[in-house]
Amino acid sequence: MGELRILSPTAILGYGFPLESFKEGLKREPHVIAVDAGSTDPGPYYLGAGVSFTNRGAVKRDLEFLLEAAVSRKIPLLVGTAGGSGGRPHLQRDAGLIREIARERGLHFRLAVIHAEVDRERVRESLRSGKVDPLGPAQPLTEEDLDAAVRIVGQMGVEPLMGALDAGAEVVLAGRAYDPAVFAAQAVRRGFDPGLAIHLGKILECGAIAANPGSGSDCLLGILTESLFEVEPLNRQRRCTVSSVAAHTLYEKADPVLLPGPGGCLNLKKARFEQVSETRVRVTGSSFIPSDSYCVKLEGVRKAGYRTISLAGCRDPVMVREIDYVIDSVRERVRDNFSHVDDYFLDFKLYGRNGVMGSFERKKDTPCHELAILIEAVAGTQELADTICGFARSTMLHCSYPGRVATAGNLAFPFSPSDFRGGEVFRFNIYHLMEVDDPFELFPLEIADI
Amino acid sequence: MKKIKITDLAGVIRSKNSGPFELTLDLVFKDRRAFELARRSGIFTKELFAGLYNINLQDVLGVVEYEQANAIKVTLVRSVVSGDPGDTDIYGAQQHAPLLDLEVPVEEPCV
Repeated sequence: MGELRILSPTAILGYGFPLESFKEGLKREPHVIAVDAGSTDPGPYYLGAGVSFTNRGAVKRDLEFLLEAAVSRKIPLLVGTAGGSGGRPHLQRDAGLIREIARERGLHFRLAVIHAEVDRERVRESLRSGKVDPLGPAQPLTEEDLDAAVRIVGQMGVEPLMGALDAGAEVVLAGRAYDPAVFAAQAVRRGFDPGLAIHLGKILECGAIAANPGSGSDCLLGILTESLFEVEPLNRQRRCTVSSVAAHTLYEKADPVLLPGPGGCLNLKKARFEQVSETRVRVTGSSFIPSDSYCVKLEGVRKAGYRTISLAGCRDPVMVREIDYVIDSVRERVRDNFSHVDDYFLDFKLYGRNGVMGSFERKKDTPCHELAILIEAVAGTQELADTICGFARSTMLHCSYPGRVATAGNLAFPFSPSDFRGGEVFRFNIYHLMEVDDPFELFPLEIADI
Repeated sequence: MKKIKITDLAGVIRSKNSGPFELTLDLVFKDRRAFELARRSGIFTKELFAGLYNINLQDVLGVVEYEQANAIKVTLVRSVVSGDPGDTDIYGAQQHAPLLDLEVPVEEPCV
């Protein structure tokens, strides 16, 4: 069986990597290059609006090096969660970039594009037969949620990616995928232990974040054998340590021991981490427990309106002290002035007080000498959001409060114009597991020779 | 009883989303000794985290020890779903500060 070397160039396609590290990785003759291109972390907007949180120019820069390296060495390149969210427009952007680079550089290869957008009627069918369950604190799915959803994606497991490789694909561009899947697919296909392969994928998917010092824009190499895997950084300034690798295993997961994914659960109860050289860590004992039924995680968003914000500062100690009074009276004036409008959201974030932690904050009574005030309105149209935000801003600028001595204006605006349109607002409204009969069925494969 | 600052025992103290509905806190201790001191202190309970974050006990989903990493992991229900109107931290990456003030009581070594 030998060993399989997997090169992870960066935490997210477009976050970049030092060429030195990448060349060092290529010297180790990897069998696969794989990279994660997305996440739900940047929030619901990107999935809803069909745009990417990664920059086109930065993604193209990374892809140029990856495609050139993979195609010239005849090793597969797998990209997961294309375009940041893995929906149809996201796939389109990255597929367009791949074709553009191929044309510019005269590269030829077989490209597989795996779709991950799921039709709402397909989900409705499963919902009606009781095959959709909420994940964690999410509420049970309703048909109203489905009707309101503007886009739904499913997280593919390793199977559709293995299918693409079976079809002879040299470059695989996948829609929404379970983060470790692009790293593990070739390994599982070659018969390596899926527990080790997926655990290795879990570490590699964030690039050098698992090293010390960590970085989201540097490379990491994984070496998988029949009974173990090792990870090592490719930049001399970094080391993988037992602590950095074990700690990364915890990253972004609720339970460090049992990590559920498509088709089963990664069990790390018996995982052992061992320092085998100054920079390399060996892992053994990770196992994969297939589940009785195959479940795919669905992510979906609905539209919540349009946002307008205004940013201002306040340095007046009396106003800072009376800020709750000020906000209450501004809210009341807005309510009174626009009594015919009831469907808007108005919020004031107070940086210097609890702007970062909101209701989680316990220190909001600690005195501060200045505040940043972010006024935010979300409403059904952009014009209404402008109206509510602008009215709240002008009211706050000139309203009175107990002990006021500065009667010329309450706010320091850093900019003119003072108000900014944030555009469409979306909310996550689907975060559920759907049972499927076949791991391939939601993820159609498209092959093209380029 | 002596108290040791958490920052003297843990090298990594961080928060992050675990999906859009949950926030997960990691305390990764510097070595096994530091982890054992923290664990034996008995202070890392659901009650502690409910108090630190002004939330109900049932919104602390779990406090889990992970020996291999000398770590304690805590998962909370987000008070606002990531990106919903009213959210203050989409990635959940700046919710760890209350942990930095913790002090861990340790028994004085016998003379």
